[in-house]
Amino acid sequence: MKKYALFLGCTVPVRAQHYELSARNVAEKLEIDFEDMKGASCCGFPIKAVDAETALLMAARNISIASAMKLNVVTLCNSCTAMLSDAQLELKKNNFYRKFKELGFSYPNEITIKHFVRMLYEDIGIEKIKSYVKKPLNMLNVIAHYGCHYMRPSYLYGFDNTEVPQTLDELLSATGAKTLDYVDKKMCCGGSVLGIDEELAITMANHKLNIAKNKNADALISICPFCTIMYEDNQRKAEAKYKIQYDLPVLYYPQLLGLSFGLDKNSVGMRFNRVRPNRLLEKIGDQ
Amino acid sequence: MINLKDADPHFVWEIIKQEGDKHLLKCFGCSDCAASCPVRYFDERYNPRKIIRLTLLGMKQAVLSSPFLWFCAHCHACTERCPQGIPVAELINSIKNYAVKNGYCPEGYKLQLDLLKKLGRLYEVEDFDLKKRQKIGLPAIDKTIPEVERILRYTGIEKVIKK
Repeated sequence: MKKYALFLGCTVPVRAQHYELSARNVAEKLEIDFEDMKGASCCGFPIKAVDAETALLMAARNISIASAMKLNVVTLCNSCTAMLSDAQLELKKNNFYRKFKELGFSYPNEITIKHFVRMLYEDIGIEKIKSYVKKPLNMLNVIAHYGCHYMRPSYLYGFDNTEVPQTLDELLSATGAKTLDYVDKKMCCGGSVLGIDEELAITMANHKLNIAKNKNADALISICPFCTIMYEDNQRKAEAKYKIQYDLPVLYYPQLLGLSFGLDKNSVGMRFNRVRPNRLLEKIGDQ
Repeated sequence: MINLKDADPHFVWEIIKQEGDKHLLKCFGCSDCAASCPVRYFDERYNPRKIIRLTLLGMKQAVLSSPFLWFCAHCHACTERCPQGIPVAELINSIKNYAVKNGYCPEGYKLQLDLLKKLGRLYEVEDFDLKKRQKIGLPAIDKTIPEVERILRYTGIEKVIKK
């Protein structure tokens, strides 16, 4: 049995419980044990633009919690993954490490930071995941949205192709679903500029919603709570601005994976999806 | 219009000090960053190359007071393509950090900082949330994490913003 410290961050436990629920239930099926990180805070990313050092110290403190637990970290949010990975690199620099120690923190055991999806890809593997699929979702056409900080910057990760990523597509194929190929796969959701210029953020989100519609996708698959805020919570705003109807469900990858494992729709939190996935559930025969 | 009479020769070194590196000096202005930028694709008012060139010219006020500096989504598309190996998104972030020290902090970030000081997280965890979590079988989470305030006091970031 594999064991990890689960880092939740801010958005997931309060605004994306279906992501957390489905991730935990899928992990249980795959015999992965998650231990919660007591006292973990915000990763620090939201104020990196204000002061990177403050943000990095917040991230490093979270790493110290997992390090004391002697467990590698699994994250659910792309930006948390980048922020924690960045802090881990920073801890190797003397000046930063001195400040970290001054605050009374310690890093006793070397640990790794991985996004949940990367952990599935690297530590569990496609073949093993396939062996758990009881209900192949052959009837579904989906498009994968990776988000930026899942594979960029490469100097933090060295994982997947930063121009044309493919790991999530492979993991989606494992469920039996057909993944639709498209250009601009690495396009940013716009979430980071939502608080600065909403018009711009909505324009950016609309770009991929439009691609999904033109490809007749049954759902857009996300692996980051902030990307989902852009594509799902703000879908109405994009519809109003561009006078178009999308009605496009946005699912988290472990939700789809859970359905393919034969988990029922409540175990993957389908009723919390804000764009109702009724047609998708009808298609797979789980209403 | 750029008037070099307004240039501040110290600005380049102030940004280098902020980034703790000399990436800024490596830029030869090829514009790969601007060509790769998803924000610029939709809104030409944002241009990472222009921000870097103006910085190298010492146009301190023009760079720090520009609202478009904050349009960078920190997506790192530029970083991956820079032929000089500059982590462009980090360089822009350093310029943002320096703008904050000079009195230019967008209101949204001030609000986020207040929340982090008060809660240690970005969203308030209300009783409703805890009940909902319990109902669907998710473990309880801390409402506040006071340790974050201690970090904020240590770096003194609030004082910097209020200055």
